[in-house]
Amino acid sequence: MTNPVLLRVRDLKTYFVTEHGKGTARAVDDVSFDLYPGETLGIVGESGCGKTVTSLSILRLIPEPPGHILPGSLIEFDGRNLLALPLQELREVRGNQIAMIFQEPMTSLNPVFTVGDQIAEAAIIHQHLSRGAARARAIEMLRLVGIPDPDERVDHYPHQLSGGMRQRVMIAMALVCHPKVLIADEPTTALDVTIQAQILELLDQLQQELGMAVLLITHDLGVVAGHADRVVVMYAGRVVETAPTDALFERTTHPYTEGLLAAVPRIDAPRSRLHAIPGQVPAATAWPTGCRFHPRCPHAWDKCVAQEPPLLETGTPGHTARCWLVSEPERRVPKR
Amino acid sequence: MTVAAWLLRRLVASIAIIVAVVTFVFILIHLAPGRPCGGRDEIVDPTICEQVNRQMGFDRPILEQYGLYLVALAHGNLGYSFSLRRPVRDAIDDTLPFTLQLAGVALVLDFLLGLALGIYQARRANRLPDVILGNVTLFVYSLPTFWLALLLLLVFGEKLAWFPVGGPSDPVLCPVIDSAFCVADRLWHLVLPATTLGLVGAAGTARFQRAAMLAVASQDYIRTARAKGVPERRVVLHHQLRNALLSFITRFGLALPFLLTGAVLIETIFAWPGMGRLGFEAILTRDYPLVTATALIASTIVVAGNLVADLLLGVADPRLRVRAAEDLDIVTA
Repeated sequence: MTNPVLLRVRDLKTYFVTEHGKGTARAVDDVSFDLYPGETLGIVGESGCGKTVTSLSILRLIPEPPGHILPGSLIEFDGRNLLALPLQELREVRGNQIAMIFQEPMTSLNPVFTVGDQIAEAAIIHQHLSRGAARARAIEMLRLVGIPDPDERVDHYPHQLSGGMRQRVMIAMALVCHPKVLIADEPTTALDVTIQAQILELLDQLQQELGMAVLLITHDLGVVAGHADRVVVMYAGRVVETAPTDALFERTTHPYTEGLLAAVPRIDAPRSRLHAIPGQVPAATAWPTGCRFHPRCPHAWDKCVAQEPPLLETGTPGHTARCWLVSEPERRVPKR
Repeated sequence: MTVAAWLLRRLVASIAIIVAVVTFVFILIHLAPGRPCGGRDEIVDPTICEQVNRQMGFDRPILEQYGLYLVALAHGNLGYSFSLRRPVRDAIDDTLPFTLQLAGVALVLDFLLGLALGIYQARRANRLPDVILGNVTLFVYSLPTFWLALLLLLVFGEKLAWFPVGGPSDPVLCPVIDSAFCVADRLWHLVLPATTLGLVGAAGTARFQRAAMLAVASQDYIRTARAKGVPERRVVLHHQLRNALLSFITRFGLALPFLLTGAVLIETIFAWPGMGRLGFEAILTRDYPLVTATALIASTIVVAGNLVADLLLGVADPRLRVRAAEDLDIVTA
């Protein structure tokens, strides 16, 4: 990667004060990654690992209170730290240079405005288009995201569209200002499988046409395999493994990633019981000591309980894993 | 077609409600103890009372009276008030404008103040200004209107003498409203009664609106608007308020009964010659036609207000618009 980094996230810590100030949920705890122009970076992890909070933190969309991003965190875009930007300047980045689509297309659109008005709004705010020009742009965007009869659909309300159509509208809304970065937070989780594939293909196609970088947040390794160039695996508020997509699947290193992969049912394997990672994700108010995965890890030994490993180089370029097995592979417990 | 059909259905239902109210009030006031003639402490010659009762038809069976009343009503005849010795219609015509002025000004105060407070509180939810205002509105909302009326009357009417203590206008300068000065004089006389009604209403509206704004604030589409780079002011006043107004419109329909019942007490306290006071006095004198007529007018206003609220809701909420149309399509298909 010789390209300059487009979006640099360093030491991001987003904590939430729980009810009555009884504790602090360290939802995102020291997360770092880079996003390069034009690439798709997948962030994978199960519910509660902090991937959505990470994505919301980038545009400072975390509700404060109860949430807050700790000083010392850095989110650098275009040479500026977004976390230090006055709200006025941050607004010029939101929806204009960094746009976002959300998991729930059913509730993410305002029910009382037409989809055309909602798409046009960002263009009016950021590019100062006239109402007429913005409407024309909205129709053009609807056509771009593959909505039939865009001239008619532009005046429809969200409830008149299906889930897949609404997510297309969300995409049109996000891309209306041709942002450099699109953050897609579980864009297909709420959709039927066939619609999922269509939406992901649409994102790939638009990415190539518009040349933007995509941060694809998902819990679905299948989505990552098909659409991401690189992957960041998160667990318990931490990055536990990061690798180019091919390397991640070929030389999976972290036991948590292995567990995730094993949990994906395969159509080409003999039918057996679904694999599940034993135990549960710990509570964000009380992460385990040492390696946060050790209570669920089949290989863990005393060192894992005492000391958290840093992200260690595995030898493959760009592939790191937060696991002592990288330096002490002989500790690996063979599969039964 | 679809909207017309919906409207027709609602109109028929509205008329049914009004007829039911009239029937109920008619029966109730006849069942109440006391007689129109010689009922109170006055000593009247029984033969005169008998004559009056026969004249007014009060000696007939109640069902017959009811039937005759409905027939008259269908002809637009509200009957004759024996206590005022004039047609009920004339008495209503004289008093209704005063009640509408009072309720109208109170409604504007109620909604403007209530909306502003509710939006302000929701913006600062659970912080000090919100907590203070929350307690103040709860206190005001739980005050009996007549008590607040007497308090305001005492402080601003009697002690400070900023506002008149009663009556609709200056009897010498403005016996009729025929100049800009007299309009101002009317408004000046309206300050205390309308403030009493409006304040209590506004306290309720503020609490209602705060909750509505907060319910919308946590919706996903508000986050979407922020993610688009929409300025905060526009997020609140366009995206959030527009949705919160849907429940506010419903409250418009609910506010009318409060204002009309409140008007009975307020008009009595402030010597306001409105329909509320008219109805109150009619009950005391067992003036059957007058009582029934004021109930009829009041229920018509309430039912019409709710109809207007439903129509407005249809305009404001695109989901209702289409759903209503689809329902009717199924019905007509």
